[in-house]
Amino acid sequence: MSPRSALALPAACHDEPPAPPRGSKARIVAIVGPPNAGKSTLFNRLTGLRQKVANYPGVTVEQHRGRVRLPSGDEIELIDLPGVYSLVHRSEDERVTHDTLLGRMPGQPRPDAVLLILDSTSLARHLVLAANVLSCNLPTLVVLNMGDELRGRGGSLDVTALSRQLGAPVVLVSAARNEGIDAVRAFLAGEVVRPLPIALPALQDVPACHKWATRMGADAGYRAPAPPMWTRRLDSVFLHPVGGPLVFLAVVLAVFQSIFTLAKPLMDVVSGAIEGSGSWLAAHLPASLLRDLLVDGIWAGVGAVVVFLPQILILFLFIGILEDSGYLARAALIADRTMAKVGLQGKSFIPLLAAYACAVPAVLATRTIEDKRDRLATILIAPFMTCSARLPIYTLVIAAFLPEQPLLGPFLGTRAAALLGLYVLGFLAAVGTARLLKSSILRSERTDFVLEMPPYRWPSFRQLGLRLVDRSKVFLHRAGTVILAASVALWILANVPRHDGQAPPIAESVAGMLGRTVEPLIAPLGFDWRIGIGLVTSLAAREVIVGTLGTIYGIEGTAESVGLQEALRMHLTVPAAVGLLVFFAFAMQCTSTIAVVRRETGGWKWPAVQFGYMLFLAWTGAFVANRITAILLGS
Amino acid sequence: MLRAIDLPEALAQRLMEMGLVPGSTVSAPFAAPGGDPRVYRVDGAEVALRREMAQFLTLETPEDPA
Ligand SMILES: Nc1nc2c(ncn2[C@@H]2O[C@H](COP(=O)(O)OP(=O)(O)O)[C@@H](O)[C@H]2O)c(=O)[nH]1
Repeated sequence: MSPRSALALPAACHDEPPAPPRGSKARIVAIVGPPNAGKSTLFNRLTGLRQKVANYPGVTVEQHRGRVRLPSGDEIELIDLPGVYSLVHRSEDERVTHDTLLGRMPGQPRPDAVLLILDSTSLARHLVLAANVLSCNLPTLVVLNMGDELRGRGGSLDVTALSRQLGAPVVLVSAARNEGIDAVRAFLAGEVVRPLPIALPALQDVPACHKWATRMGADAGYRAPAPPMWTRRLDSVFLHPVGGPLVFLAVVLAVFQSIFTLAKPLMDVVSGAIEGSGSWLAAHLPASLLRDLLVDGIWAGVGAVVVFLPQILILFLFIGILEDSGYLARAALIADRTMAKVGLQGKSFIPLLAAYACAVPAVLATRTIEDKRDRLATILIAPFMTCSARLPIYTLVIAAFLPEQPLLGPFLGTRAAALLGLYVLGFLAAVGTARLLKSSILRSERTDFVLEMPPYRWPSFRQLGLRLVDRSKVFLHRAGTVILAASVALWILANVPRHDGQAPPIAESVAGMLGRTVEPLIAPLGFDWRIGIGLVTSLAAREVIVGTLGTIYGIEGTAESVGLQEALRMHLTVPAAVGLLVFFAFAMQCTSTIAVVRRETGGWKWPAVQFGYMLFLAWTGAFVANRITAILLGS
Repeated sequence: MLRAIDLPEALAQRLMEMGLVPGSTVSAPFAAPGGDPRVYRVDGAEVALRREMAQFLTLETPEDPA
């Protein structure tokens, strides 16, 4: 019997790859490793900015690809696979990793070699994955990461001995400190060699794998490092029964506050730059249709959205720091009980916090929730949280209809209170919907809540920076496609049909007719066709309604301008204005969110249900709010 | 000491991959406010579980044979 006979049992990799021709070099290399072993750090180390994020077709797992340039001038493609503990595939992540290594991922060639990243400070546990990966019989370099920590905490091991036992080369590195990375590059540049056959345990039998891994470590003279003292000290504060929740609250408030206060000056700069360049264009281009399209259509439309970039980046910076430092896992732990009251769990907390800036990153952040039902419920309620795109219309309507008066002395005015009320309204809708979902279609007997607590670590600025660059690219790409198209479309619709080369009055344009078509549907809410156009155009993005109303009322459309407020007061009653606010609190007016939900849930079904539900709630809510306000005002 | 895990196969394997293998020594140093979920420490790894799941883990205090 061959030493690999154990693999006759259901095993991770049951077919042999074709033998690489002698002397061949790797072209495509996959990075495999458990969560938190340092895969992304090594990946970024090797590729720098030469990387892109894509999605695997049909699944919700994000794929990072990058290129490594070798001293010879050749390039290698590097794929960062999702973090897994084994290749016995149960979760989507494990399936993607497993299928990629086998070359079964559609549209994806099989990698020629594997970089297996393991955390050297938890070697005995992580070597289980080595058994899985070595069974694939692909040329493998075992990269033991966190070498600095292993040394710092008094652990050690004999790399040569481990390499001999595993039948594959082993290097000890520190990706964060750039130690030993040259050895990894040398492996990538060299000829690919399959691992030597060794006896592996049956991969389905996890305890046997553990025994094997522990023995491998012991035979290589592995001395486990001392426990991470700092982590324990910090946890005795951060997970203290009283201190823990206090720290938690402080962190949440700080993040929340900085999304607004820290972002404000930056957003002013960006919007100043957009307005400045817009008027410069207007002044320097010859008057023409093209100029109008460029300035009134594209600049106004795309600009209104790009303004939110700083806010979104600040949010991602904070979440990045929390995540890389290890605090996020503690926050999820502390939030778990409260979230359980509405049927959710601790891991839903972070996405919902992120949704205060924007639902799109929030939906992406739900990927850390393994429980499928909880993940779906979180995705479905995230758009109820008051995202920053609602602020322009909120501030406009509140300023137009509510006189400012002090409520609680200097601390709270009527307008701020109204805004706060809208935040609470969105939050209540989210909580109510979560309850509804989790007690009906997404009901579950038991929540599979398994949360690993990583040791605390200093986040690396390089890592955070690369992530922000990455996010900006995604965001700007969207502004350059979806929102650009919507702005151009609205501008064209508002400018046709033309009579004698003149744009029609807006009421007679195609956009105007669109508004009149929806008017009967929204008349019960007290909205006229002008608001109707705004509701239609804001399907692209909520903030578009302010620009649209501005165009329609024939004046410069900024939320601060008195002219627009005046115009609103002329066309909208107070009950209708309250209704409009409630409508925007509930409706899912955001193509980006719809697109991301479709992608993450793998079809149109859930975004359609979500859109319908939120629209229904928005209409009903606006109607009820309108009636109640009318009764209160005695009209 | 962890004796057995009485959970569906897939879930039990997941816990074992994270280090909760029967036969290992487990302690529970921290918990969320209210005592649930609880952090279990095994072999230097720490994993948080809700009570609804942790109740299916059989733990026993090793008797001193001496
Ligand atoms: N001390 C130390 N920390 C590291 C090293 N490599 C990565 N880290 C940190 O470990 C954490 C997890 O790394 P990451 O690359 O995100 O892991 P991934 O989940 O496998 O992609 C981050 O906070 C990194 O900054 C290392 O060599 N030494």
